[in-house]
Amino acid sequence: MMTLLILFFPLVASLLVLISGNKLASKVALFFSVIELAITFYCYLIYKQSGAESFYYFKEWIADPKISFHLGMDGLSLLMVILTNFLTPIIILSAFNRNIENAKGYFSLITFMQFALVGVFVAYDGLLYYIFWELALIPIYFIALRWGGPNRVNVTLKFFIYTLAGSLLMLFGFIMLYHYNPSHSFDIRELYANASKVCSCNQSWLFWLFFAAFAIKIPIVPFHTWQADTYKEAPTQGTMLLAGIMLKMGTYSLIRWLIPIVPAGVAEWGPYAIVLCVIGIVYASVIAIMQKDLKKLFAYSSVAHVGLIAAGIFALNMQGLQGSVVQMLAHGVNVVGLFFCADIIFNRTQSLNVEGLGGIRNVAPKFNTLFMIVVLGSVALPLTNGFIGEFLLLFGVYEYNTWLSVFAGLTIILGAVYMLRMFQNVMLGNTNETTSVFEDLKWNEMLVLGIIAIVIIVMGVYPKPVFEMAEPALQQILNNALIK
Amino acid sequence: MNTLIYTSILGLLCMVVEIFDFRKILVPMIILGLATIFYINIEDWNHVQFFYNNMLRADNYSVAFSGLAIVISAFVFVLSSDFYKDDSKHISDYLAILVFVLCGALIMFSFWNMAMLFLGIEILSISLYIMAGSKRFDVRSNEAGFKYFLMGSFASGFLLFGIALIYGATRSFHLANIAAYVAAGNISPIFYVGMTMMLVAMLFKVAAVPFHFWSPDVYEGSPALVTTLMSTLVKIAAFGAFYRLFYVCFLDTLGSINLILAIVTAATIILGNLTALSQINFKRLLAYSGISHAGYLLLALISMKGGTANAIFYYSSGYAIATIGAFAVAILVFKAMKNENIDAFNGLGKKNPLLAAALTMSMLSLAGIPPFAGFLGKYYIFSEAIKNGQIALTFIAVLNSIIGVYYYFKVILAMYTKPADETEVSGNVSYYVIISVCLLLSVLLGIFPGVLMHLF
Repeated sequence: MMTLLILFFPLVASLLVLISGNKLASKVALFFSVIELAITFYCYLIYKQSGAESFYYFKEWIADPKISFHLGMDGLSLLMVILTNFLTPIIILSAFNRNIENAKGYFSLITFMQFALVGVFVAYDGLLYYIFWELALIPIYFIALRWGGPNRVNVTLKFFIYTLAGSLLMLFGFIMLYHYNPSHSFDIRELYANASKVCSCNQSWLFWLFFAAFAIKIPIVPFHTWQADTYKEAPTQGTMLLAGIMLKMGTYSLIRWLIPIVPAGVAEWGPYAIVLCVIGIVYASVIAIMQKDLKKLFAYSSVAHVGLIAAGIFALNMQGLQGSVVQMLAHGVNVVGLFFCADIIFNRTQSLNVEGLGGIRNVAPKFNTLFMIVVLGSVALPLTNGFIGEFLLLFGVYEYNTWLSVFAGLTIILGAVYMLRMFQNVMLGNTNETTSVFEDLKWNEMLVLGIIAIVIIVMGVYPKPVFEMAEPALQQILNNALIK
Repeated sequence: MNTLIYTSILGLLCMVVEIFDFRKILVPMIILGLATIFYINIEDWNHVQFFYNNMLRADNYSVAFSGLAIVISAFVFVLSSDFYKDDSKHISDYLAILVFVLCGALIMFSFWNMAMLFLGIEILSISLYIMAGSKRFDVRSNEAGFKYFLMGSFASGFLLFGIALIYGATRSFHLANIAAYVAAGNISPIFYVGMTMMLVAMLFKVAAVPFHFWSPDVYEGSPALVTTLMSTLVKIAAFGAFYRLFYVCFLDTLGSINLILAIVTAATIILGNLTALSQINFKRLLAYSGISHAGYLLLALISMKGGTANAIFYYSSGYAIATIGAFAVAILVFKAMKNENIDAFNGLGKKNPLLAAALTMSMLSLAGIPPFAGFLGKYYIFSEAIKNGQIALTFIAVLNSIIGVYYYFKVILAMYTKPADETEVSGNVSYYVIISVCLLLSVLLGIFPGVLMHLF
């Protein structure tokens, strides 16, 4: 079955990379991830022909308590899988031409993480989903631990324990849900069908248990304190995995596993959640303006953008949900581009200090153009993918509450402030001694940034396939979520 | 009770080997013997039998737990040949005593009479008192043996007094008669006192708070191989016996001690995890983490009304396999570095990546992270506990699992981030075999739990 193949292929690839030795590891990993991308494209063609039914896979796993190995890909999951399998070869490609010690371990962990991430997106059974959610934590922890920056030990431990705390609360929530649910099952269809049968007094604190896990993962202020340091200390590919895909696990779970399963809880506490999200947007943007370190600036900008995504989800209307799906894809691509640009700058100049750099445009015009496109995508200029996402999200939040959308709309202005000011400080102006040694792009960097730039523009001009794919799934989820 | 008889014969054979100086074949003989005994044990499946005037009852429960005990002992014996290679004069004594530990455990799983329970506990405990103190010229080992002996005997005194009081109330040692007495109603007050005293004795054996103070010192002082057996086999035997006793006899009167059990469970989980945070010695760390694992098993015990034997069995298997794997790596490291603290593991990731990966996976399994068996075990216990209404205790257990991650990661961090020194760490093939088998079983049990999850 295609779903099984698309799930387990990266696991097999991970083992093969491990045994292929340090010299070949990156090429083997790239080869297999491109094949996985081809499989994903083939799945997309199947989906266009026959819809989501062809992707169901069900097998009994444990009889009591009933956990099944149930996989499935509807439009929403397929879009997330496409994002994961598109970004992974790009992430692997970005690691070429960098001397990475113990390369086989590094790339093996990256492909293993791809396996866990695809698992999260295709799991249709609550506990199977939880297992993949936790499983994704292990490779990223070791990637950050072995190959990270100088302060990585404490930072990654904080990240691991913080995220694990959220996950364990979610496990507790799942077990309680299992017992409150009259059909005693983790299967997503049962959970959706019985969402209204769970008494709303229980749904309240079930909401908070699940929300804790997702809020920590996304992150939503005030659960964001692990994020900036972890993004800074992790190696570039680790940060790309974290910001590009792992964070989408959180927002995807809000749509798939929170709003349709505890609708009464969402109805009661959703307003508080959306206010938290909007506060996070403004707060993170303001902090981003103050940042001097490039990676931390991008990290805080990421918090601001995903705050808007989460706010759009809690708005509980079609525009908000569609906007969140598009913005998840857009943000994934943009943030990978941004962190790669930061990596290129660090690789050439050994410095990430915004004030110490300048005038790179004069020495590296190709990098300048591509970096500019990525920045504009992040700032949500019309014709870029960021614009489609942010516009729909703001529209969705506006339908929910006008004032919230005004505050959320500040992200556009503040985003322009910190991004364009960063770009001006780093790229424009006079070349100084740090930046005059800047080599222009190598072949893999050109390829990665080029592909990202093309995707930014194409998605910005023609986002229709995304909407079409996500529509049926989102409609079903919305129907479930609006049942009180 | 062929299993028991053959195991005792095996133990006697070990001592005989000493006389005829056949030490080279000792460990292979034991392993072969244990394999045969395991097969004989399995033959008793689905075949309830009574032995010795109904003093022992072999049913699926005892067959399953006995099988687990035999497998654990077999792993420990494989490690023992290299562990005792410097002390080959006394190896047959040590191994014979360890076989008698297994005998005691087998009795504890299949008792059907209070006297047999006491016999089983005493055989297990006395053998271990000797083994804990077996490093005769090490003052820590002498301290461990003496402490264990004194406190263990005191606990056995409680057990005997409890049994005597229950005999006074029910006029029988026989579990079926005691259960009938309880079912008939009209329970005399001394029954409750007796039950509580037996509870105290059992809590001591599993090292539950506040009866846990002997555990870290004894685990730290004993030779590492004995610590391995103590932290796996003894805990499982104690819980197996505990569950059997309470489920058969005291189930209806459980309400009277519910509050005590709840407080003890919560205290064990919390204290076990919190004190482990500050440990420097690896064996002590595993002792305190073992206390917290006993707390999780107590959570399964307090939800006894729903029949949690499966959860206890599966959790014990996952815990035992992870612990044996961890100790196997630890023994190699301690031997090479002559140091039993966590900083003995510094830089193991570079020195011997295979051992480091194995220890990492054992620590992850103990911490309860998927896809290892430890995760499904914890999940199973939490699920059963919530099914039986223990929501607050489960929440405490979940919170403490988070705390637990920190000290397991201290070891992982030492291996991968601290600088290594020049000492090489390598070992005998037997160690690598055990480590690989434990690792494989840990992952397999996590992915295919159906094999062990629904035995009874």
